[in-house]
Amino acid sequence: MTTVKLSSRRLSSELLREIEELSGQNLYACYQCGKCSAGCPLAFAADLLPHQIMRLLQFGMVKEVFASQSPWLCVACMTCVTRCPKGVDVAKVMEAIRTIQLREGRGATQVFSPPAEIVAEVPQLATVSAFRKMSL
Amino acid sequence: MKVAYYPGCTLASKAKAFDQTARWVAQKLDIELVELPQWQCCGGLVPQVADAVMGLLAPVRILADAQSIGDRLVTLCSFCYNTLKRANLIIQQDAERRQKVTDFLEQQYDGKVKVVHMLELIRDEIGFETVRSKVTRALTGIRVAPYYGCLLLRPSKEIGLDDPEDPTVMEQLLEALGCDVVDFPRKVECCGSFMIVNRPEIAAQCSATILRSASNLGAQLLVTSCPLCQFNLDWQQMRMLESNGEISPVPVLYFTQLMAMAMGIEPYLLGFEQHLVDPRPAVMELRL
Repeated sequence: MTTVKLSSRRLSSELLREIEELSGQNLYACYQCGKCSAGCPLAFAADLLPHQIMRLLQFGMVKEVFASQSPWLCVACMTCVTRCPKGVDVAKVMEAIRTIQLREGRGATQVFSPPAEIVAEVPQLATVSAFRKMSL
Repeated sequence: MKVAYYPGCTLASKAKAFDQTARWVAQKLDIELVELPQWQCCGGLVPQVADAVMGLLAPVRILADAQSIGDRLVTLCSFCYNTLKRANLIIQQDAERRQKVTDFLEQQYDGKVKVVHMLELIRDEIGFETVRSKVTRALTGIRVAPYYGCLLLRPSKEIGLDDPEDPTVMEQLLEALGCDVVDFPRKVECCGSFMIVNRPEIAAQCSATILRSASNLGAQLLVTSCPLCQFNLDWQQMRMLESNGEISPVPVLYFTQLMAMAMGIEPYLLGFEQHLVDPRPAVMELRL
């Protein structure tokens, strides 16, 4: 088991405020019921589940969240948003996490080079939406 | 009934079958679809962060242009519908961003145009009884599973087309056409969406789960309103059919294709040649 060190200093992190502002969500509303993770269609591929991301943010552990691939997997299918009993829009939190990283130029960690044979076949809206998510 | 119509980029290219059959069906139902004289892509996704402005320009320009035709704008693609409807809500509720966007576009717009999906128009204004009365070749004896996906329904507080967990609009439509409707438990699950572009193996898994379920339930056709769901389920299905005998074919059609079939369209106008998994063997069983 890994030991997690908590500190109150982390809770005053500027990035945490930014995530709250950009998403318009109260991160502390989450009471960890796990409904978001239970319904997430991409949970099987995620390194951190949605409710774990929420918990890490509540502890101010933004660095750990930024290291996760999960926000980049989220396609905003809105299943979690529909089911959250506390009305937390988790998809907006995910988008805020992506947006801050993109604005810091860290979106480049996500190399966006779709296979040519896929791009030739997929409907335009897929390419447009994927670029939208991966860029500012 | 005359309404403004926004096809969107995919319906003008990869999903022409959807556009063509919708126009044909609209004519049968006395709906005059007036395509916007000029339009561009809606952007695919509505920006979700509180200070985003740029991503609103495309959908708001479309909405503002629709004003010259009427107070409603009809779409068919689930992505366009979701983007336009959510962008419209932002314009209605956020005065600061409305000002920025309209200043930039140099067009006045206050969020008055109502964004309507074709399914809503059929259910709320045309009525399923009228649909039933236009059916000349009832699609009896074929098991059809409705598949809604994500963006037609969610976020339900903003979209509000139907119940987000157990919608019934497509079931009602399919019944009106005479189909044997499959109670499909995975009808609101995500197909993997645009993940098909950058992580196709992940999207494929999402689609495979849906296809296995449809096949196990004995569905002969899947029906959708989203060109991306259609593609993902079609593409993954082709791969599954080629590589193993895990599933039986469940071709994926647009709801307008089924409506057109039931209302007597000439088969060559259905655009079946645009599908990867050929719907014809399943459709032949209907002996229309």
